[in-house]
Amino acid sequence: MKKYLSILLSLVICAACATVFAGCGSGGYEGEINVYNWGEYVADGSEDYEDTVELFEKEYNIKVNYTTFETNEELYNILSSSNSAYDVIFPSDYMVEKLIAEDLVQKLDYSKIPNYDKIIDRFKNMQYDPKSEYTVPYSWNVTGLVYNKTMTDKKPDSWESLWDKDLEGSILQFNNSRDAYAIAMQLCKINPSTFTKAEVDKATKKLKEQRPLLKKYVMDQVFAEMENNQAAIAPYYAGDIYTMMTNNKDLVGVLPKDGSNLFVDNMCIPKNAQNVDGAHKFIDFMTSPEMSAANMNYITYASPVKGAEKFLDEDLKNSELVYPPDEYLDKCYTFHNIDDETYTYMQEQFVKVMS
Amino acid sequence: MRLKRPSIPYIAWMLVFTLVPIVLILYYSFTDRSGQLSLEAFSKAFGYTDVFLRSLWIAFISTLICLVLAYPVAYFMSRQKKSVQNFLTMLIMIPMWMNFLLRIYAWVTLLQNNGPIDTMLSFLGIHTQLLGNQNAVILGMVYEYLPFMVLPLYTVMSKIDFRLIEAASDLGANRIGVMRKVVFPLSIPGIISGITMVLVPSASTFLVAQYLGGTNDIMIGDVIDKIFWSDNHTGSAIALVLMAAIFIFLIILNLFGDEEAIAE
Repeated sequence: MKKYLSILLSLVICAACATVFAGCGSGGYEGEINVYNWGEYVADGSEDYEDTVELFEKEYNIKVNYTTFETNEELYNILSSSNSAYDVIFPSDYMVEKLIAEDLVQKLDYSKIPNYDKIIDRFKNMQYDPKSEYTVPYSWNVTGLVYNKTMTDKKPDSWESLWDKDLEGSILQFNNSRDAYAIAMQLCKINPSTFTKAEVDKATKKLKEQRPLLKKYVMDQVFAEMENNQAAIAPYYAGDIYTMMTNNKDLVGVLPKDGSNLFVDNMCIPKNAQNVDGAHKFIDFMTSPEMSAANMNYITYASPVKGAEKFLDEDLKNSELVYPPDEYLDKCYTFHNIDDETYTYMQEQFVKVMS
Repeated sequence: MRLKRPSIPYIAWMLVFTLVPIVLILYYSFTDRSGQLSLEAFSKAFGYTDVFLRSLWIAFISTLICLVLAYPVAYFMSRQKKSVQNFLTMLIMIPMWMNFLLRIYAWVTLLQNNGPIDTMLSFLGIHTQLLGNQNAVILGMVYEYLPFMVLPLYTVMSKIDFRLIEAASDLGANRIGVMRKVVFPLSIPGIISGITMVLVPSASTFLVAQYLGGTNDIMIGDVIDKIFWSDNHTGSAIALVLMAAIFIFLIILNLFGDEEAIAE
């Protein structure tokens, strides 16, 4: 009996494998593209959200192999040191600059991306791609502050609040050198867009002053820390602060009066892409107001597409945090690419501060 | 020849996934950015000596606690009926079916302010910060690696011939004497492999300290992780020093084991 059962089971397993492999084959698709995006960065069909990737597959009959990365540096390492063939990637501003400089991305054919006309002018011809040859913006956002109003009587409105001795032990800081240094540099009156080693040293000093006051250096942990009332104040990306605020009503998000980092994540096509035509179709599809809004409703970052507001959630659209007024954006800066040596130096100094 | 052929896949695996990476780490440690032979990476690596020593210390304490906790458990298990033994082994294994990171998340939830344990303690009038210190990190490590101590100990102890224990008792040894003179010496191989299996991964572990510790508890694994963002050379050098330290410790441990065995 046992023997038959095991034979039966192995047959079932074989059948299952066969179906899976059949699914992996072309399966009636006319082509496929490899998309490499940030984790949790596209509406995935959960809850009431659209599944924008699936909608694309249906519309164009192109299969999407979707994989994710966590940092711009990870994306860079994969692109520069392996011969993996991605068709669409999502680098941030300063990484675009580096990828263009190192000839890792190709020029786009904007005639195949009619939706590009709908991009808001502010996000065209950005300094990292001055003539708009390589990029289509996907999303943008600023860094902001979030604090728990039950844990402080003050109304923090500047990065300086992250150095507030009264909040000792319940302050969080970015566990990411570029973002942490940007805050410290702003307070030291250094422009975080681009800087020298000497300027890194000044900011390092500032970060060292902050360390004894900190609870922790965090990235994704910030959600648990803030939402469960474990920390009083943290810097993070405004779109994510918006999410935290919906999960904990005691949290307040503010745009620091000092100004902050405006960052833009873009869609690009790597040099060694296999399906350039499919990649253009994908980029155009995601730039339509409906799809951009669907994705931004899910990730709660800001859409660079005109007309997307018609499809955005009411609360999100009206949030000053996610869509800061133009006057505020004028106070913001974007990151430039930093040469390897200075970048490595900053990273090294950051690890020293932390350890 | 016949014996060797089946081992070919294993040898190939070792070559590709163990030897080649080690050679790469060696290469990176002894070169600089331009590919020139250089000891710069090591001089930078020694800038993290305090983190390094702290990690070894945390690993050492965790291993010791694991050993103290696991030894009686393993002995108890090995003295049960076969069916009970299997059941107990499974109980030890079950937590390991769940992802390592999820278990650490669970501890964060348990230990956080106003979490279940904190609430319970405040009822008893004890107000303390449970998370964000070295004790929390050690707790997490012990929790993660305890099964790796219990299982090798149990395996070795269950092979101890019960008649030896009976004989010792017949010849007048009391229970402590039996433990000291019979069970302990025979279980030394289990102790050594248990220590190896706990100490090695816990010294190089990362994320546990980031989740359970505070700003002062960062471990060398976390430093290696961060350094590799921008500098493979220093990262490799630190990893190599860590490997060497563990390797030397294991050699000493094994020498000690052999001597014990010879003395018997």
